[in-house]
Amino acid sequence: MQPHARISAALNAAVAAGRVGLVPYVTAGYPDRNTFVDTLKKIAAVADVIEVGVPFSDPMADGVTIQRSSRIALEQGVSLRWILAELARAGTVGAPVVLMSYLNPLLVYGYEALATDCVKAGVCGFIVPDLPLEEGEDFRAALDAQGLALIQLVTPATPDDRMARLCAASKGFVYAVTIRGITGGTSELPAAVPAYLDRIKAQVEIPVCAGFGVRRSEQVRDLGRHADGVIVGSALVEQLEAGNDPVEFLKLLRS
Amino acid sequence: MQVELSDLERKALLTRLLGGKLPDQQGRFGPFGGRYAPETLMPALERLEAGVKQYLADPKFIAELGRELDTWVGRPTPLTHARGLSARWGAEVYLKREDMAHTGAHKINNALGQALLARKFGAKQVIAETGAGQHGVATAAACARVGIPCVVYMGAVDIERQAPNVDRMAQLGAKVVAVESGDRTLRAAIDEAFRNWVADPEGSYYLLGSAVGPHPYPYLVRELQTVIGHEARKQMAAMTGGLPDVAFACIGGGSNAIGLFHPFLADEKVQLVGVEAGGRGTGLGENSATLATGTPGVLHGCYSMLLHDEHGQVQETHSVSAGLDYPGVGPEHALLKTIGRVTYTSATDQEALAALQECCAAEGVLPALESAHALAGAKAWAQENPAKRMLIGLSGRGDKDMPTLSKLA
Repeated sequence: MQPHARISAALNAAVAAGRVGLVPYVTAGYPDRNTFVDTLKKIAAVADVIEVGVPFSDPMADGVTIQRSSRIALEQGVSLRWILAELARAGTVGAPVVLMSYLNPLLVYGYEALATDCVKAGVCGFIVPDLPLEEGEDFRAALDAQGLALIQLVTPATPDDRMARLCAASKGFVYAVTIRGITGGTSELPAAVPAYLDRIKAQVEIPVCAGFGVRRSEQVRDLGRHADGVIVGSALVEQLEAGNDPVEFLKLLRS
Repeated sequence: MQVELSDLERKALLTRLLGGKLPDQQGRFGPFGGRYAPETLMPALERLEAGVKQYLADPKFIAELGRELDTWVGRPTPLTHARGLSARWGAEVYLKREDMAHTGAHKINNALGQALLARKFGAKQVIAETGAGQHGVATAAACARVGIPCVVYMGAVDIERQAPNVDRMAQLGAKVVAVESGDRTLRAAIDEAFRNWVADPEGSYYLLGSAVGPHPYPYLVRELQTVIGHEARKQMAAMTGGLPDVAFACIGGGSNAIGLFHPFLADEKVQLVGVEAGGRGTGLGENSATLATGTPGVLHGCYSMLLHDEHGQVQETHSVSAGLDYPGVGPEHALLKTIGRVTYTSATDQEALAALQECCAAEGVLPALESAHALAGAKAWAQENPAKRMLIGLSGRGDKDMPTLSKLA
């Protein structure tokens, strides 16, 4: 199975089993780079897909929580090269891994080398918040050549024609941003979210995952009625920050 | 994104630039520029692009902007024959006096133009970032004039070193938000302004202060700043009967430089020199000389030259001048360097301070620390190239630098 198809298959399997797919986000090497792979393996026991954040110096789409975790990871010397080496050494962590990264570290790594190294590390795809569809041609070509997914984000402000193009280009899943704003925002999801998710679902074959501002089990349940998966980022990083067990928190979210 | 260009490609790009064909449809200046923005901002950027196209071609809008520039900003700003510097340097030196513009720097040209645009868009508030505080003050003033509330993001480090400007913004009715994240300077302020724009892309207008950022900002800011070069060209002709041999401007993001240089690009005989902040040394983190020591990368929405490490992490920069303390540079400058139309040099903190003092003594003009870099670069050039006619963009006045200057004295 191609890497991008492994992402979709994992989410489809969750839905087939009667539950919403869970996609936790952790900043690589946070809170401690020595426990990076262990944390992923633990989380994989309750996750369907894992989103690993590549820390960046200027995370302009992220709120204070992920800004903080990124800074701490960078201070520990976490880099894209280190992340891929750790994942390659781990073999598998137990769930498909996608990397969330701003473009500049990817650009500096070199797209072709990156795609090759991702296959070796078992990475299945990418979410790149500052790479809009129009600028993504080169990177998409490099990923396509290795069967890796470039996951597109859509937002409530995305016009219909643009949404159609984003949905058609996305692989693995479509990332439906549920609120305007940055990660880690409000805990109240706008009332228009169900209709918005239904609108996306109606035009894609691959799974749709909802994210931004998810932190309570009711939200996971409500979003699960309209999306195939739910992404939990800042709320999980806050748990790690507080020294709590991430698995307990994720189980609670799914209860 | 290929940046190694053949001679033929370089010539073709200059021709296209002179023909008004750059930025292209994708917002690119050759390989540089583009629009690397979060998806949430894409509709807002497309709206802005359409609005820029419409209003910059609208004679009524241009006439209103022109009236405001004349009667509120105080344009045209003077061209001063710098007799003292001319005698000292063995050259014929002219200063384009943007320090005489309202609020004390070239920043007002852009701030006013964009504030008028924001009103056309029906924006409920304007958000802006500021480094030295000049763009923040200009935006606060322009928003007060136009009648739109304004929030300015400013790094905590800059708030300390540019205290007089913080009070000025508050007097002009702006809300100043201290940015404690990242490096707590201009770059962190831009990050934070983007975050807040992402939260309300319809109601807020992001009034970006330099010729950087996602398309159409580098183009829009250039168009609003070329008034500097157009005036200087006419004034040089009137005062000297010809063009300068060379023109200098300081470069942080590069808005005053692109504004001064652009109208001279077609004049092959006019050399153009951009002066970056050489800080206290040539190592990464010691300076803000992006074009001299950077490599291609993406920051704040555009592909340009960037100061970053081998992992693509953007580096902290240093300059005595807050307005130049930025790890990126406008994409059009990256192109102008690549095609060789503009030469880029740097001046150290010490050279800039010395030039500032020399300008005070010789001309009775206190330049901003940013502008002092252009003076320092010009002085060094004059030593190698005697008896030339030199035009220097004096981008702003140095009143706001008094806390720094007093500390150094």
